Amino acid sequence: MPYQRIKFYQTGSLAVGNRLLAEDQRSVQSTAGRSNALTCGHRACQGCGEALGARYALDAVHRATQGQMIAVNATGCLEVFSTPFPETSWQIAWLHSLFGNAPAVASGVAAALKAMGRTDIRVVGQGGDGGTVDIGMACLSGMFERNDDVLYICYDNQAYMNTGVQRSGATPPAARTATTQAVGREPGNRFGQGKNVPLIAMAHEIGYVATATVADLRDLEYKATRAMDFHGARYLHILVPCPLGWGSAPADTIKVARLATESGLFPVFEAETGAVTSSTPIRHRVPVTDYLRIQARYAHLFRPRERTEVIARIQAAADRNIARFGLMPADISAERTGLPAPVPVTSPAGLGLEGR
Amino acid sequence: MDKPFAITLDVGSSRANHTGAWRTERPVYVDLLPPCNNACPSGENIQQWLYDAEEGPARYEAAWRQIMADNPFPAVMGRVCYRPCETACNRAQLDSAVGINSVERFLGDEALRQGWQVPVAAAPTGRRVLVVGAGPSGLSAAYHLTRLGHQVTIKDAGAEPGGMMRYGIPKYRLPRDILDAEVYRILDMGVTLELNTRVTDIQAELAGPRSDSKLSERVDIFKDGEFDAAFVAVGAHIGRRAYIPAGDSARIMDAVTMLHGMEEGAVPMSGPMLGRRVAVYGGGNTAMDAARTARRLGASEAVVVYRRTRERMPAHDSEVEEALEEGIQMRWLSTVAHAEAGKLLIEKMKLDETGFPQPTGEFEELEADCLVLALGQNADLSVLEGVPGVAFSDGVVEVGPDLMTGHPGIFAGGDMVPAERTVTVAIGHGKKAARSIDAWLCSQGGRPPQTPPQGAGNAYAAPAKHGLAEFGGLNTWYYADAPATVRPRLEAARRITTFDEVTGGLDESTALFEARRCMSCGNCFGCDNCYGVCPDNAVLKLGDGVYEIDYDYCKGCGLCAAECPCGAIEMQPEPS
Repeated sequence: MPYQRIKFYQTGSLAVGNRLLAEDQRSVQSTAGRSNALTCGHRACQGCGEALGARYALDAVHRATQGQMIAVNATGCLEVFSTPFPETSWQIAWLHSLFGNAPAVASGVAAALKAMGRTDIRVVGQGGDGGTVDIGMACLSGMFERNDDVLYICYDNQAYMNTGVQRSGATPPAARTATTQAVGREPGNRFGQGKNVPLIAMAHEIGYVATATVADLRDLEYKATRAMDFHGARYLHILVPCPLGWGSAPADTIKVARLATESGLFPVFEAETGAVTSSTPIRHRVPVTDYLRIQARYAHLFRPRERTEVIARIQAAADRNIARFGLMPADISAERTGLPAPVPVTSPAGLGLEGR
Repeated sequence: MDKPFAITLDVGSSRANHTGAWRTERPVYVDLLPPCNNACPSGENIQQWLYDAEEGPARYEAAWRQIMADNPFPAVMGRVCYRPCETACNRAQLDSAVGINSVERFLGDEALRQGWQVPVAAAPTGRRVLVVGAGPSGLSAAYHLTRLGHQVTIKDAGAEPGGMMRYGIPKYRLPRDILDAEVYRILDMGVTLELNTRVTDIQAELAGPRSDSKLSERVDIFKDGEFDAAFVAVGAHIGRRAYIPAGDSARIMDAVTMLHGMEEGAVPMSGPMLGRRVAVYGGGNTAMDAARTARRLGASEAVVVYRRTRERMPAHDSEVEEALEEGIQMRWLSTVAHAEAGKLLIEKMKLDETGFPQPTGEFEELEADCLVLALGQNADLSVLEGVPGVAFSDGVVEVGPDLMTGHPGIFAGGDMVPAERTVTVAIGHGKKAARSIDAWLCSQGGRPPQTPPQGAGNAYAAPAKHGLAEFGGLNTWYYADAPATVRPRLEAARRITTFDEVTGGLDESTALFEARRCMSCGNCFGCDNCYGVCPDNAVLKLGDGVYEIDYDYCKGCGLCAAECPCGAIEMQPEPS
């Protein structure tokens, strides 16, 4: 448990707000005066997870930096839906250059601020999984290697959604995309490919790496805020469901993200200088089919017949995550008692050697 | 053109783009009827007072006043109510029902500790109402009528007020200092109480001593009389007898008399009268009370004889459970065929297909020094006999939906009208009757009603009910795992030697914990989820727990409705 759960019987810290909490215990998103880094009128689809995740993360960074921040954006949905010329949805200093160079531009902004003596202004680089995992990978790795003072946030919706749902290096196995159709012997995206950028970031032994989802706001806000305690390169990877590309109902965006973590398919953890320091335990474990069934990109796993062998491989991946990141602590009653759960710490070497 | 290089248009905010036009469905905040409120026979707004209590000590008084708006007996309720609210509670489907009754008791006791009183805000109306019977129904009616500004006189045959709360419910379930405190709090509001006054003729009572002409010839019995309306709630105090062939020396008594005698201190069945082995015949709550009282009076064996099975017992499960803990024995599927000194002849029964017990012809003996009959109670209806228009059926008074009898201005409630016979139902009748009487008095001229009648004519009609908040409408992910707290109970071994209260109360911290387990089904409790989860910032937060949908930007994705823990947002088709 990376942050102190509020021991409180009603919604505790599970809901966005809580009228019974003292002001300093409330989430950023629950405050009437939150900065709304991304404001109304943007052209994201109904129920867009990325729009939500970006506001969650940047509002938290905004509070942590008292508004002294600059965001550098890669090309992608987030950039396209928020800034059709001449309108902008951004209420923060915001910069866009190219698809693949956002980490490098962010490094440059940080260097410029340093040269100007404005070390009070912090820099955030951000992009989707396409701009991060594939196209921007070299720039990102360089930014990590140089340990530039940038927090890079990847909003992972697991494919190139803006251009029509093409496969990316973050697309999970068996998922149908425009370029991995549900046909042939192995329908959907192939197993054994793709990159796990949080682990790649950890391999650079940068100060802080964390994963989060839009289903756990308190966790996400904690990590965005915690990242600002560090200087140097930091990486935050946020799972943001995409109703269009995943074929899920717009109203189910948060539910899908919740099922991704509760099934173990998306491990939520944080790491410092290459070592996992804590992971968020699963609260009510579910089989992966609960997660898969409500997404049309996995429909071929259930129709015309249930592809049990494929589902079993996905379930095995979830089980491996649970074991690897300690998502099911022995004392699963931790949530009930409100006590912090014992979290096993995995060595960076062990993490680096295990493949996908 | 004094724009920067390559810039042709002014920079604008995306707020110019009203994305609300995309919408086919719109989220709408709703208020649904929580199942607890729906189940409460006294019509308490349970969810509201739990909401107040959740906020801690500063709001306990507000929570208590919310109870008092409907029910003047929180401390009594917290001990004797059979908790239909908890049976209905949606949380039972998640882990276990909210301990509503425990919280009510805590608030009731806290009010007694703090000496909180209820002021009479309404101006005196000058109208006088006679209440016959100082039981839960009569006292509740008196309380509500007084708050509406009417002058109330209660007449009761007993030596002390309280009715069945005093003479039917044993001390170990309802300590008398608690009962007295809540009863006298009502009386101190300005209610006149005349004890040891049995009303035998309601018409004469209403006419008062100044009446001269023949009552039967009077068109309006209220004209020039002592009172302007009457509420009759004399209860059901007559133990029902069944014919049981018995020897000359068989000792048989009824449970109502036994419990009543206990209270008056007469204890007609103490020691030698009651005997060492006591059999109680019947399967209701009164049977449990009688058996448990006998045990406390020194009976070494108390056996309940009932003709059906435990599942079919009308007694509340918790009472059966506590009785069993105290060593009460149960003889299911048995009837008493014959009684004589020292023993009973029991016939075994079996249930037929319809669940009705049928004799089997098998007999056995049961040693018993005394047989206590707890076969139900009848109401003494003589008080209303001969009143024009008043009708009776099946031993109870017929009343309309407003609790008015067939005679205008005379209302009846509690155990003497057709309804479930519990304290909570009786208190609910008192409230309902008070509203009906108020509406009726207003219809007789004088002043506009305090509680505006909404039904046809001049009858009081409750506002239309909201749709029920079902469990399926909740998103229970958001409720923290929190098993119910358990109230402390006296050990069984200690119970049978004393009339001390069996069930203890919760302390402040555990009561607060329990209040906070409420899921606020169907009504916003200000969790900010809708405000947080909207990807379009289309939910505005106007204050703690006050939100508004900004339909200029709401795209109608439905995330707010899906993630609302308590189901207080509905997606409705966009009006075309």
